[in-house]
Amino acid sequence: MGSITLKNVTKSFDDVEVIPQVNIEIRDGEFVVFVGPSGCGKSTLLRIIAGLEDVTSGVVEINNQDATTLPPADRSLAMVFQSYALYPHMSVRKNIAFPLRMAKIDKVEQDKRIETVAKVLNLTDYLERRPAQLSGGQRQRVAIGRAIVREPSAFLFDEPLSNLDAALRVEMRLEISELHKKLRTTMIYVTHDQIEAMTMADKIVVLQAGVIEQVGSPMELYDKPCNKFVAGFIGSPKMNFLEGSEADKYNAHTIGVRPEHISISKTKGQLVGTVGVVEHLGSDTYLHVSCENSNEQMIVRADANNGFKYGDKIHLTLDIKNIHRFNNHGVCIYETP
Amino acid sequence: MRAISNNRKAFNTAIALTLGLFMSFPIIWILILSFKSELDAIGNPLQVLLSSWTLDSFSTVQGRSDYLKHFSNSVIISLGSTFLALLVAIPSAWAMAFVPGKQTKNILMWMLSTKMLPPVGVLIPIYLLFRDYGLLDTRVGLVIILTLINLPIIIWMLYTYFKEIPVDILEAARMDGAGLKQEILYVLTPMAIPGIASTLILNIILAWNEAFWTINLTASNAAPLTAFIASYSSPEGLFYAKLSAASIMAIAPILIMGWFSQKQLVRGLTFGAVK
Repeated sequence: MGSITLKNVTKSFDDVEVIPQVNIEIRDGEFVVFVGPSGCGKSTLLRIIAGLEDVTSGVVEINNQDATTLPPADRSLAMVFQSYALYPHMSVRKNIAFPLRMAKIDKVEQDKRIETVAKVLNLTDYLERRPAQLSGGQRQRVAIGRAIVREPSAFLFDEPLSNLDAALRVEMRLEISELHKKLRTTMIYVTHDQIEAMTMADKIVVLQAGVIEQVGSPMELYDKPCNKFVAGFIGSPKMNFLEGSEADKYNAHTIGVRPEHISISKTKGQLVGTVGVVEHLGSDTYLHVSCENSNEQMIVRADANNGFKYGDKIHLTLDIKNIHRFNNHGVCIYETP
Repeated sequence: MRAISNNRKAFNTAIALTLGLFMSFPIIWILILSFKSELDAIGNPLQVLLSSWTLDSFSTVQGRSDYLKHFSNSVIISLGSTFLALLVAIPSAWAMAFVPGKQTKNILMWMLSTKMLPPVGVLIPIYLLFRDYGLLDTRVGLVIILTLINLPIIIWMLYTYFKEIPVDILEAARMDGAGLKQEILYVLTPMAIPGIASTLILNIILAWNEAFWTINLTASNAAPLTAFIASYSSPEGLFYAKLSAASIMAIAPILIMGWFSQKQLVRGLTFGAVK
C-alpha cells in the first residue's frame, strides 16, 4: 500500500509563500513525476511528503491516514537524494543495512535482504567498499539500494540523476523505470528535466511558482496542454508560439505548433523565412528559422537530408490538425474555430 | 606563483628558526635551569651553561610535594571537564548547526562574550558558591568550573565542524528511520570524529593549563599541576632551579601530548578558514 494525498497544503518560509495551495492524489503503485523550472516548489513539496518540512497548513495523508505531524522516520517512505547522501564512514553493506538496523531487524534477515538488493543493483562486488571508492553511478545505486531494502510504501526521488553524466543518466533512468515495473511500489520523482518526466512517469504534475499547472499522463500533457506554460515546458525542442496576424487567422491570441508539426518547402508555404543555425542530430535535423513577418525564431524538425543550409530561403506550412490555440491569458482554447 | 630561489629559501628558513628559537627560549632556559644546582641557577648565563648538570632539583621537588597526586588531579580535571563539556556541546552544536533559529547567531555571540569577561570579575560570587556547596578544594568543583568556562569554545569549534557536514546525510538518516539519538550517535558523531578529536585535544590542553581558577579554588587536596608550580614561586624567596624543575614536570606531559597530536590540532584551529 502506498497512496499519498495532499489536501490544501500550503507552505511559507517566514513571509515568503512558496506553495499557495496544493491538492494532489497519488494512487498506490503510481510513478508520479513533479516537474517544473527550478524554484517552482517541487522539491519543497517532496520534502513535505517526506516529513523533512512541516506544512504551514493542510493535511498530508499516507495510506489514508493523517501523517501531517508524523516524523520522517515513522512515515515508511524512503528517499533518494540528489547528492546521494550516503554515509561516508560506512561501507556499502552498512549503508544499505542502516535502515534495517534502525528498524531492529535481526542480523540474519538483514544479510539476506542486503544480498538480494545487491544482486538486483549489481553491487555484490562492492559491498565492502566505502562510498568514496565508488563512481557516481554506483553511488546512486547504493542510494537506491538503501531505499528499497526496507520495502517502504513509497519511494521519493529528489532529482537523483542530475549529478550524473548524460550517458549514465539515460542508463539509470531505464534502471529506475525497470525497478518500478518490478516492485510496483509508488514512486514520486522530482526533476526539472522534462525528458525524464516524459519517459518515466505514469502521471506528470507540472508546477510553476508553487501552483499545479496541469496533471496528466505524458501524452495527455503533450497532446493537450492546458496552457502556454505547459505547452512550452513539455516537449523538446520547445513548441513554437506565434502571435499577431498568423494567430488571428485561427481566431486566437497565440497559436502554438510543435517543431515536428511543420512541413518545409523550397517553393510554397504559409510562412516565409530564412534558415539560421542547422542542428544535425543524425536521425533528425532541427532548423532554426527567422520568419519574415514576425521577429520570432521558429524551430522546425526536418529529415536528415533536407538540403537546407544556413541563409537559405524557406517556406513553412503548419499542420492544422496539430495547432494549439491560446487566449490572451495563455489558456488553451479547445473548441474548434 | 612566483618562483623562490634557493638563497631566498635558506634565508627564510634561517629567519624562521631564529624566531622559533627566540619564542621557545624561555622554555629551553627553564629546561636547562632545572638540571642545575640552586647556586649555579642564579649565576650569569655563561656560568649557568658551563656549570655541572644535576638531578637534585627534581628529587628535592619530588621529596617535598607529591607530584603524582597533582598529576592525577590534573588528568582527572582536564579529562573530566572535557568529556562533560563534549556531552553538553555535541547536542547544542547539533541544534545550532542544523536547526538554527532566529537567535542562533546571537546566542553564539553571547556565549563567546562570556570569554571576554575577566575571570577575576566573578571570583567572589563563584568562590562563595563553592564555599556554600562544599566544592572548595574538590576535584568535582574544578571539573564543573572548567567545563563551564571552556564550553563556549567547544560549542563554537563543534558548530563550525558540524556546519561542514551536508544536512542531506542527516536527513537521509531520518528517512531511514533514525530517531534524534540515533542520528547523532550513528551518523553525525562518526562523521565529525576529526573535528571532535581536535576539539577534545585543544580542550584538554586549555584545561590542563588553566591556572586562575585552579589556584584560587584549591588548597591541597584537589590542587592540579598549575597549583603545584605556583607553590614553588614565592613563599621562601625564589628558588630558580626547583621552580624550573617543577615547571618542567608540570608541562612535560601536556607538551608531549601536544607534540603527538599537533597535526590534528592545527587542522582543528584552522578548520573552516579555507574551504
